[in-house]
Amino acid sequence: MFGRLTWGAIPFHEPIPLITSIVIILALGAVGIWITRKGWWPYLWNEYITSTDHKKIGVMYIVLALVMLVRGFADAIMMRAQQSLAIGASQGYLPPEHYNQIFSAHGTIMIFFVAMPFVIGFMNFVVPLQLGVRDVAFPTMNNVSFWLSASGALLINLSLFIGEFARTGWLAFPPLSEKAFSPGVGVDYYLVALQISGVGTVLTAVNFVTTILKTRAPGMSYLRMPVFCWTALASNLIMLAAFPVLTVVLAELMLDRYLGFHFFTNDGGGNSMLYMNLIWVWGHPEVYILVLPAFGIYSEVAATFSGKPLFGYRSMVFATMAICIISYMVWLHHFFTMGAGGDINAVFGIASMIIGIPTGVKIYNWLFTMYGGRVRFTVPVYYLIGFMLTFVVGGLTGVLLAIPPVDFVVHNSLFLVAHFHQVIIGGVVFALMAGYTYWFPKAFGFTLDERLGKAVFWCWFIGFHLAFMPLYVLGFWGATRRMQHISDPSWAPWLNVAFVGAAIIGLGIVLTVVQLLYSIKTRDQRRDITGDPWDGRTLEWLTLSPPPHYNFAVLPDVHGEEAYWTRKQTAIKQDQLIDEPDYQPIEMPVNTPTGVIVAFFAALCGFAVIWYIWWLAILGLIGAFAIFVWYAWRDENEHIIPVEEVRANARERRRIRMEHLHNLSQST
Amino acid sequence: MSTISETPALGLTHLGSEDTGLGHRGPESKSIVVPYGFWLFVLSDMVLFSALFASYATLVNNSDGGPTTSQLFHRDLVAVETIALLISSFVCGLAMITAKRKNMVWTQIWLVVTGLLGLVFLGIELYEFGTMIAEGAGPQRSAFLSSFFTLVGCHGAHVTAGLLWLGTMMAQIWAKGFQPHIMRRLLCFSVFWHALDIIWVAIFTIVYLIGTLP
Ligand code: HEM
Ligand SMILES: [Cu+2]
Repeated sequence: MFGRLTWGAIPFHEPIPLITSIVIILALGAVGIWITRKGWWPYLWNEYITSTDHKKIGVMYIVLALVMLVRGFADAIMMRAQQSLAIGASQGYLPPEHYNQIFSAHGTIMIFFVAMPFVIGFMNFVVPLQLGVRDVAFPTMNNVSFWLSASGALLINLSLFIGEFARTGWLAFPPLSEKAFSPGVGVDYYLVALQISGVGTVLTAVNFVTTILKTRAPGMSYLRMPVFCWTALASNLIMLAAFPVLTVVLAELMLDRYLGFHFFTNDGGGNSMLYMNLIWVWGHPEVYILVLPAFGIYSEVAATFSGKPLFGYRSMVFATMAICIISYMVWLHHFFTMGAGGDINAVFGIASMIIGIPTGVKIYNWLFTMYGGRVRFTVPVYYLIGFMLTFVVGGLTGVLLAIPPVDFVVHNSLFLVAHFHQVIIGGVVFALMAGYTYWFPKAFGFTLDERLGKAVFWCWFIGFHLAFMPLYVLGFWGATRRMQHISDPSWAPWLNVAFVGAAIIGLGIVLTVVQLLYSIKTRDQRRDITGDPWDGRTLEWLTLSPPPHYNFAVLPDVHGEEAYWTRKQTAIKQDQLIDEPDYQPIEMPVNTPTGVIVAFFAALCGFAVIWYIWWLAILGLIGAFAIFVWYAWRDENEHIIPVEEVRANARERRRIRMEHLHNLSQST
Repeated sequence: MSTISETPALGLTHLGSEDTGLGHRGPESKSIVVPYGFWLFVLSDMVLFSALFASYATLVNNSDGGPTTSQLFHRDLVAVETIALLISSFVCGLAMITAKRKNMVWTQIWLVVTGLLGLVFLGIELYEFGTMIAEGAGPQRSAFLSSFFTLVGCHGAHVTAGLLWLGTMMAQIWAKGFQPHIMRRLLCFSVFWHALDIIWVAIFTIVYLIGTLP
């Protein structure tokens, strides 16, 4: 009846997961009661959960990412504490099998459920606004994608309460992840959660490539698209081509585990190197899925706060697309040491270094954008500068790792861990924090507190360096990664510095929450009345904050490279807006619970598969199929916003903007 | 019943007020956007099959002492299978033509024939799988057979999904007529069906033809 699921799966005998579980359940319960008391469920249901509005979906993605960041960080600080405690005679507080689950969960969560939803959240929120359109190409599918990602996250967190998580590292290499060596449910949690969220990611990619290539405002030609849209396009193209490979390799491992196939087993002719190749054919491009949109965010920030157009726009676009392609040709640098031979290693080593060229081009472009500009040192600019300093070093250690002989020395050491955290924190996380600060007022109508924002930045910046620079040193001394116990006591000082660094990052995460709450409390002082709090250059600043569901009353006509900037300057010069257009009724997609319901059945089905509860799995599949057919059968997918409403809103917006522009033209 | 006209995907009512000379006049109409998105999805499916082909190519010689390709595959059986699928793709094209002319009877007839040929294909495949498993050449036997069953079975699963889709499409056309959104779906279905054909030609060549070379 319940497959492998027994009372033994609940961690009654292990205090750490048990207490964590109880605390989390109590916290969730408290939040639930609070929302019920306030009567907010209908609002949440109508405005967010079932919404097909790309802006709302973007916000939900980012909330998911922030929540999971807390979880991923909790894992990180536990690892740091263990490595500071378990030195020499001491064994620390985490038994090995638990420690192994933690680093696997940390890596998996940070990449799949923090970085990915964060990046996708920004693309959701920003891309349609910057393209000057009303939504993504497939709004309902967008909602489905989000909820599939959320189900994956749910399943991973469930492994904390029921059963266990994989002890295989974040890429679950066989043969360790095969049934023979990992008989428990841990690897199955990993596989099922990633498969479900992976489907969501492919759908997202389809959605955004279509949106960017086929729905843009009139006049928005390719070489007028903001750089963030270009990077989003590149990122989604990579997703579209890389995620199916992940699906295949994980499905093959599932077949091995569930049905006794022999893809990667030691017996029956299986070949685990096939897994390495396939997973890294996905894995290396994945890094660029994350970092290219981050580069896009830095580009927007650099241009806006320097008060200048982006330097070398075309070279930026070219570099982005070059990286998009080259990222597919370097995967083998992840296993230089596995005997491919000198020639192959040389080819892949050189290919890896070539990516440095377009990346270098970008760094110069940002520098030249700031050079000679009137730079305003806001929080996003702090992150931009912090990024350039950090990322250059991370890139250089990457070039080191791309030299096969060097890689033979530091392979699988803490040097590698330091390198990838440096590029991913310095490159991606800093950009996400910058973007969060930059677009927050657009989403909610008020800016975040600057002082606290700067405090958060310093916590990340200082904390990051303290936490990871020691790992370079330890890596050179031969410290391998994933160690539950440290036998050399002379490493202790460095490990303690790393712990302090992680704690400072933790303080930064706490301050992020404080900043949010404080900013909400004092929002009246920082309202964004005009919709353009930073004197922006791209179309999202043309509409009010928060924008109406349909974004623009009429789609903007785009002239010149900087769609909004040109328009704004003309208006300031002439001290008047363009003539009032002829408003029309607008057709918008209706809300739908399809996404949550499909995701509910997907999660149910996934849970059943993990625990071998086959009847429930079949039930889940039937449910998902039924809701799909039901959805396809409906006729009403759009509702019309009457022209009176559009006109009234637009007139109000024109009045506000006229006032604003008038003030500006007085002051210049 | 709502009347859905061919409007651009979103931001529908804006008539590009000015030609920029760059050929971009705002969002494309739904009849372009929907099939385009679906076509991208089909491309990602092709990538999925490429990974399966790569697995097969890596493992094809790892038969672990078990049966090998030339002992297992029969060209004539696969030839019949292939012809059934190719003809069904052609018939699917006929269904599209008649659907464009809003001819209910013939559209349904051609769709039924498409589906029946698909069933023939699936039947032969299942028969082949069944005999192989009965002979002790199931997917658990060796890495080669694991990859064979996964590659060919994944295609078969796609065909099965296509048949389910075909059934709902026939019901929708019957109940709702040739409305624009139904027509778009039908177009997507035919793209899917033809794509399965292309993948099958690759399977036929790489697995069966090469596998039975003397
Ligand atoms: C917030 C600060 C962070 C800290 C203090 C931290 C700390 C750590 C530690 C201690 C390890 C284990 C190192 C070892 O093998 O001994 C680790 C592994 C890892 N981290 Fe982080 N991390 C942080 C953020 C991130 C972020 C933002 C990401 C990605 C978005 C990330 C991705 C990973 C991955 C993929 C691994 C490898 C897991 C494995 O070995 O399978 N981390 N991290
Ligand atoms: Cu790589």
